[in-house]
Amino acid sequence: MNPSPGTGTKCQILFTVNGEARKVLAHPMERLLDVLRNDLALKGTKEGCGEGECGSCSVLLDGMLVNSCLVPVVQATGASIVTIEGMSAQALMIPLQEAFLECGGTQCGICTPGMILAAVHLLEKTPEPAPADIREGLAGNLCRCTGYQQIFEAVAMAARRMVRK
Amino acid sequence: MVTAKDIPGKNCISLILDDQPCLAAETVNHPEEPILLLAHADCRMLRKAVDAVSIEYEPLPPVHTMEESERQSTIIWGTDNAFKSYLVEKGDVEAVWKDAAHIVEGEYFTGAQEQLYIENNGVIAAFDPEDGVTVWGSLQCPYYVHKALMALCGLPEDKIRVVQMETGGAFGGKEEYPSMIAGHAALLSIKSQRPVKIVYDRMEDMVATTKRHPSRTRHRTAVSKDGQILGGEIEFTIDGGAYATLSSVVLSRGTIHAGGPYYWPSVRIRAKAVATNTPPHGAFRGFGAPQSLFAMERHMDHIAQVAGISPVEVRRRNFLKPGQTTTTEQTIREDIDLDHLLGRALELSDYAAKKARFAEENRSGMRKKGMGIAAFLHGAGFTGSGERYLNSLVGVEAGADGGVRVLVSSAEFGQGTNTVLCQIAAEALALPYEGVMIARPDTTVVPNSGPTVASRTAMIVGTLVQSAAQGIKQTLMKTGLLGDNYTPEQFRASCGQFIRTHGALKSYARYEAPGDVYWDDEKYRGEAYAAFAWAVYVAEVSVDLTTYAVTVDDFVALQEVGKVLHPVLAEGQITGGVAQAIGFALYEKVVWQNGRMINNQMTNYIMPTSADLPPIRVFFEQLGNVHGAHGAKGIGELPMDGPAPAIVNGVEDAIGVRFRSIPLLPEDVFEALQPEPPRQQGPSSTRGTT
Amino acid sequence: MRADPAEFRLVSPGDLQVVLSLLASEPTEWLPIAGGTDLMVLYSAGKLPNRKLVNIWNIPELRQIEVFPDTIRIGAACTYTALRGHDDVSREFPLLAAAASWTGGIANQNRGTLGGNIANASPAADSLPALLVYDAEVTLISVRGNRRVAYRDFHQGYKQTALAADELIRDISLPRRFSGYVSHARKVGARNAQAISKVCLAALGIIANGAIRDARLALGSVAPIPLRLHETERSLAGKKIEPSLIGTVRQSVEREIRPIDDIRSTARYRAAVAANLVVEFLEKLATERTRA
Repeated sequence: MNPSPGTGTKCQILFTVNGEARKVLAHPMERLLDVLRNDLALKGTKEGCGEGECGSCSVLLDGMLVNSCLVPVVQATGASIVTIEGMSAQALMIPLQEAFLECGGTQCGICTPGMILAAVHLLEKTPEPAPADIREGLAGNLCRCTGYQQIFEAVAMAARRMVRK
Repeated sequence: MVTAKDIPGKNCISLILDDQPCLAAETVNHPEEPILLLAHADCRMLRKAVDAVSIEYEPLPPVHTMEESERQSTIIWGTDNAFKSYLVEKGDVEAVWKDAAHIVEGEYFTGAQEQLYIENNGVIAAFDPEDGVTVWGSLQCPYYVHKALMALCGLPEDKIRVVQMETGGAFGGKEEYPSMIAGHAALLSIKSQRPVKIVYDRMEDMVATTKRHPSRTRHRTAVSKDGQILGGEIEFTIDGGAYATLSSVVLSRGTIHAGGPYYWPSVRIRAKAVATNTPPHGAFRGFGAPQSLFAMERHMDHIAQVAGISPVEVRRRNFLKPGQTTTTEQTIREDIDLDHLLGRALELSDYAAKKARFAEENRSGMRKKGMGIAAFLHGAGFTGSGERYLNSLVGVEAGADGGVRVLVSSAEFGQGTNTVLCQIAAEALALPYEGVMIARPDTTVVPNSGPTVASRTAMIVGTLVQSAAQGIKQTLMKTGLLGDNYTPEQFRASCGQFIRTHGALKSYARYEAPGDVYWDDEKYRGEAYAAFAWAVYVAEVSVDLTTYAVTVDDFVALQEVGKVLHPVLAEGQITGGVAQAIGFALYEKVVWQNGRMINNQMTNYIMPTSADLPPIRVFFEQLGNVHGAHGAKGIGELPMDGPAPAIVNGVEDAIGVRFRSIPLLPEDVFEALQPEPPRQQGPSSTRGTT
Repeated sequence: MRADPAEFRLVSPGDLQVVLSLLASEPTEWLPIAGGTDLMVLYSAGKLPNRKLVNIWNIPELRQIEVFPDTIRIGAACTYTALRGHDDVSREFPLLAAAASWTGGIANQNRGTLGGNIANASPAADSLPALLVYDAEVTLISVRGNRRVAYRDFHQGYKQTALAADELIRDISLPRRFSGYVSHARKVGARNAQAISKVCLAALGIIANGAIRDARLALGSVAPIPLRLHETERSLAGKKIEPSLIGTVRQSVEREIRPIDDIRSTARYRAAVAANLVVEFLEKLATERTRA
């Protein structure tokens, strides 16, 4: 990459999104969130606050949960990104999806993509989470509908079902 | 570029009154009032365009508090700054004071609250010279937007189309405001002849859109020596902001709920919505009731103290009973037993044992614990004659393949509307749930089943869906295509046959007010609501004397809402409402400066995270009720009403301070515990303790 | 999103020396960006003054935690997650690990860095009081070479630091001599997660012969910079923890701090809570002593 492109110059960025190699031409300070939504049409990643408070724009960046509104796209160069659209390929998705449905973990749905990714990030590191782990793991994802309780129940249920398998 | 001059129709956001302009032409009445609209194919160019605009203001004296507005030294709306006032009079209040053993007075305040749906307001508008204006948006009430756009664009009914898209939370915050943003997008689209998208960012949404009305309630109650309410006066005032919008109806609900679930032999309620130079306050879950019920339930604890009885006993002695009348003289016909509800809530929360234990443990340590109760009611559906005026229409149609579609303008935004209405239709048609779909709320497709507000959807719209669905069944049966006991396959076959012979298979049901319902809009007397939901909530709280923070440690929410149609969704409505109400009570403070919210970011407007909420234990009791689809009553708003007073009652139990104002922040607890007063008061400080 | 990305440059050399040359070539022009948890917020709000940014997220030597016999050296771009997850840091510097666990939610901890927290110089930064009481040292690097600055000398005034325009924070070293101390950390924010502190305390203490041998106290959000309470510490040295001491300490804390009223809290509240937190620490210290 050219180490010093001028203002207004877009650069080519290569990364893997949901397992697929992708190439975008973008201003380096473009937010990863906007590139995902506008350039790659992955609208499942939501913008709630634009300042890293609400977690609606959560994605996994090289396996780490991040707020994509706070990531300049250049920093995702060469990275592997998983968005909610890519979750259908993940083993955890089916139990999580079922548990969210059964427990009422989703109401309006706007926080759900971020919640699911936060839950995946948590369960991959802590397959048998205590209630306090779930609380902490999801504390960066705001939900205004549920009061969180049914989301906790869903994550706990999915964890139990995964462990049993 | 669009200014007021470009408006083809009437420059207003048509709602109850048409007083709010879509674009200010000469005067701005609040700091966020729109004046000029700019659109560009590249939205990032717009910042530069905005920077190039300069507006010169000639300042006029502002009114920023209810007290200033009431003084009327500056008139900013109408002739007296009052959007609306109501007077409720029952019995002879003047006669009660002389017999009173105690006269108990109190003044209570609630603050503004932001709905904080996680998806901001957003719409797309497109104009076509042939078809007119189409708007797709995140909204609650397609026909409100439809009505507003007709007036604004000067176009007939069939030239405006409004489509509700998946809506990321609303809570009332997308009841009336979408008409404003849709109006702006429509005007830009008409002028530019191109589709226009407007999506607010969080800071814009928080600073400019509606919030819960701040309120002040004054109680003066005559009480017998054994703690019975003999009568009293209630004065309920709300801050409506700069324009009338929905303040009159918010005020109405707050007024009717002001007496709580208690029997008042006589009462006088004076209520008023006043104007201030802030963005208009608006609909938010509970709609006036959380404000006046906060006051009532705090006041009950005060009455208990004065009368020397417990918070439990004072409620027991005053609960409404079947056959008695409410403050508007509505006779309670439901078989409600509030005493039983209270007893059950106390049992579920282990109230008595915990209260005793905390009283003992609070003698030492820095963490003081307490228990608080709130008993309350919430009227389902529109107030008084509201449902009659709405005249809601619902459709159900079946296709040739037997697929059933529910046609309503009632919108899904997380409450489970789609699930519950499909469930009702499926049951009415004896079909599996999967056999019923719901149409996207699109004003060219669905009839006006009224706005998605006021906890009316399951009860009122649900009942209409049920009868429209039965209409389909009856049509098929009358034409001999379907027998009494049929299978889904037979239903499908009969639909196909019917449509081949007769054409479309649709059935509509229109709201019919029950014949025996009496409501007097002038005297504010009569059957205020078709049904009430009833509840008793118990909060276990602790106050940390190191940080002065209040935490809710356990929460029991027990309610009677008639038949619970979908237990998981119903529980979700309660936990979510309780969580919002905990925010209302303890966390969420709108900081105002010259009529503008200055903490308009999620970083400094504090809603609870998953780390801040207690276990919320939800219980339903069913005591028998005749209203609603399968006996369901409204549920969505109820849980917003009780938590705040229960929590603040619990705080008083823990530390003995009688707080009268919410949000109750650690700073307020701290100040109340100080021997000396603060060096200086906050700018809009109306809070206090006695 | 209130910024236009086309107006910004962000270069990503991936090499420390190139970054330093860039900083040297046009001092004050270039702003280093690591995890972006502060800068991207300013940027999106249209409030970032700089137009040129240089990425330091992908520079391996800034991401290491190295353990030496006498010190632990933390690369400036180490994340809070890395700090929380590091055994030696958690064991020997629990105040820092606690501060890391308080910062934002998990997603922000995965991106927020210790160096960023220092460079951003917020008086409310959660990790900074811990650095004060642990006698942290900051290594600053530029094309001119390295220099080490005691962290206590780094923050000089509100949002003012010792960092020269061409310098970058390379690492933070913590001397490994506090494991015998009783430690106490507490953050008071508006909620339990995703909150900016109203007051936060990092405290260390050690008791010998029934009296305080050494107490180290630092507070955030009570002054223009994170504040070490030297006067109060001196007043505690050699004293027994008794009720009479508590009253004096309270006054001493309130004398030393300079809290303000702002959108998040009031000066009065901050002063009282700051004193309460110090008292809470002393009570904990007293209990630990009786247990020992």
